[in-house]
Amino acid sequence: MGPSGVRLAGWGFRHATRRGWAVRDVDLEIEPGERVLLTGASGSGKSTLLRALAGLLPPESGDAAGRLTVDGGPPERRRHRVGMVFQDPDAQLVMTRSGDDVAFGLENIGMPPDRIWPAVDAAMHAVGFDLGRERPTAALSGGQKQRLVLAGALAPLPGLLVLDEPTAQLDPEGADLVRAAVERAVGDRSATLVVVDHDVESWRPLVDRVVELLPSGGVVEHDRRWIPPLLRFPVRRPAGSGDVLLSADRAGYTHRGSPAPALLPTDALLVGGRTLAITGPNGSGKSTLALLLAGLRAPTTGRVVAAPPLTAGLRSPARPPSRWRAAELVERIGTVFQQPEHQFLTGRVRDELSLGPLRSGTGSTTAARLADELLERLGLSGLAEANPFTLSGGQQRRLSVATALATRPRVLVLDEPTFGQDRDTWAELVALLAEQQDGERALCVVTHDAAVVAALADDVLHLGVRAAVR
Amino acid sequence: MSAPFALGPARPVPLSGINPVAQLSAIAVLTVVLLVSGDLVTPSFVLAAELALLPAAGLTAPREVLRRIWPLLMSAAGVAWVNVAFGSLSGADAWLSGATWGIRVIALALPGILLVAATDPVRLADALTIHWRVSTRFAYGALAALRLVPLLASEWETIRLARRARGVDAGANPSAHVRLLASTAFALLVGAIRRGTRLATAMDARGFDSGVPRTNARGSVLRRRDTLFVLAAVVVCAAAVTLSVLLGAWHPVLA
Repeated sequence: MGPSGVRLAGWGFRHATRRGWAVRDVDLEIEPGERVLLTGASGSGKSTLLRALAGLLPPESGDAAGRLTVDGGPPERRRHRVGMVFQDPDAQLVMTRSGDDVAFGLENIGMPPDRIWPAVDAAMHAVGFDLGRERPTAALSGGQKQRLVLAGALAPLPGLLVLDEPTAQLDPEGADLVRAAVERAVGDRSATLVVVDHDVESWRPLVDRVVELLPSGGVVEHDRRWIPPLLRFPVRRPAGSGDVLLSADRAGYTHRGSPAPALLPTDALLVGGRTLAITGPNGSGKSTLALLLAGLRAPTTGRVVAAPPLTAGLRSPARPPSRWRAAELVERIGTVFQQPEHQFLTGRVRDELSLGPLRSGTGSTTAARLADELLERLGLSGLAEANPFTLSGGQQRRLSVATALATRPRVLVLDEPTFGQDRDTWAELVALLAEQQDGERALCVVTHDAAVVAALADDVLHLGVRAAVR
Repeated sequence: MSAPFALGPARPVPLSGINPVAQLSAIAVLTVVLLVSGDLVTPSFVLAAELALLPAAGLTAPREVLRRIWPLLMSAAGVAWVNVAFGSLSGADAWLSGATWGIRVIALALPGILLVAATDPVRLADALTIHWRVSTRFAYGALAALRLVPLLASEWETIRLARRARGVDAGANPSAHVRLLASTAFALLVGAIRRGTRLATAMDARGFDSGVPRTNARGSVLRRRDTLFVLAAVVVCAAAVTLSVLLGAWHPVLA
């Protein structure tokens, strides 16, 4: 069975729970062995299209229009011919040992046991996974996990391999590892490849075609040399350095019961009017440092000290930020977590924005006015009554930044604010952050994204990986 | 990494050599006898045999043993205390009844702890589906869900910190503590369901439960030693009951 061909003619899909079409009017022909990058803004229906290719949209899940065939037949009947990889490796691994996990898909198709292990070894070799069958899956890095997931998808020798933003949750090293594995695995064109990703630059060397899915319906075929529109960088107004607000003094952190520190003793300085970018590979303790600076964790060595401009008005100004009451903290240091939904506490966007001010003792009229102002500025006024959990990924991201801004904190700490965002959302987020760079406020951004550093940072703190721990 | 949630032994221990279904059968035998017996001698004898198996399950260091069984000791002590304090008996009889109940609870639950300490959950799922025809959807679905448990611990911590960052903490108010705990647990549950749904989709994409009869790459064989293990459990129970009858202590609860 060689590689699969894919045909879509006037195809569209509407989820059973939605009124609008998730994707429509798609005409696309993919020849056996071809490699296609499918791109497009958030909400253009890329993931829906991929699921349809993998036969994961049963008739009861919604209405389909037009025709979609894999190897000339309906995808529901070709499921055994399609291997699929999703974003989150932890929501894809099933078994506790690496080899067992690759074998899982082979067991499911009823392969005789004596043929399974040679096929597992071949798939692991194909993606360059060299840690062995016995390696516990829990002990793998994100990139290695995703590499293993890819091996699991390739083991049954699919004719069509579909990847849904396979590197979106990985650091740059992990993403390179996965792309190298894909390149190695489909190098012989034994399978047709369809990748969905925002990152055209990185995938371009691996694909034959770039197809853009339009939010209004239909597709645009791009030349292989197509360069997506440049990222819109915000215009920064120069703001002089102000007061020192917060400093980490040889601050380090070790999880209870863990032999190795999550963060080695580190110095950092947050100054009004300046933006500090914290960079470094996964496992270097970037996010841990952000939590220490945000007053959410107490360092286990060294200390985090808030300067007088920040401690003014506190009941006990001598205390470190980690011991402030939450209501005192939220007025002084705002934090934006990587996953916006961790931070949402109410059922309405408007309530979400007024929550922080109310907690810190602002009157309800003032809180409501602040919320309206922020809604206006973010272009979310139309969604004031919506449930935060129903917003799109980009809208959630903007809302989570806005909730942190609502209490006008002097320090703003953000963990990977642009992770997995499309170009438009990226530009909106970075512009929003640039607006906050006035002479008063200090920003601290943990990021893998070199463009964020270029667009916003005044200072860069690069954390190295610990030598002893991989 | 997070040891309390570690799945199965890091490396095989002697008891891992016994097929999980043989261990479960032995547990069933013990359970029936322990539930029927109402004296102190029978559970004490059975417990002594179980304790002798601790080294075979790799539980030799007292610290490690204590880490695994402290919740069990607490509940046994609780059961014993309730019997002493609120039972219908008084004086020495009350203490005897309390000790009987405490030892029974430990003797009933310790085999489960031995099983967990010695058994790789993957082998357990393999054995259950192959020998006892347990549904593969159930066995491997549970296995996949189990893998997500350690992630819940870090997720809980993140949600807690995220709430503090939003200005929400309970301070010194106990009822606010309870409400905060409940809402954090709810957020955790919502997150777990979302991730569980994604996992189910990924398993579907890998052809899980698609109607094709599933094979098993690892297999699971029942050997002579598995039969002997179950027989040994029967012998231990028989010896315990015989001893109890000879000492005149035997009085079955269900008789």
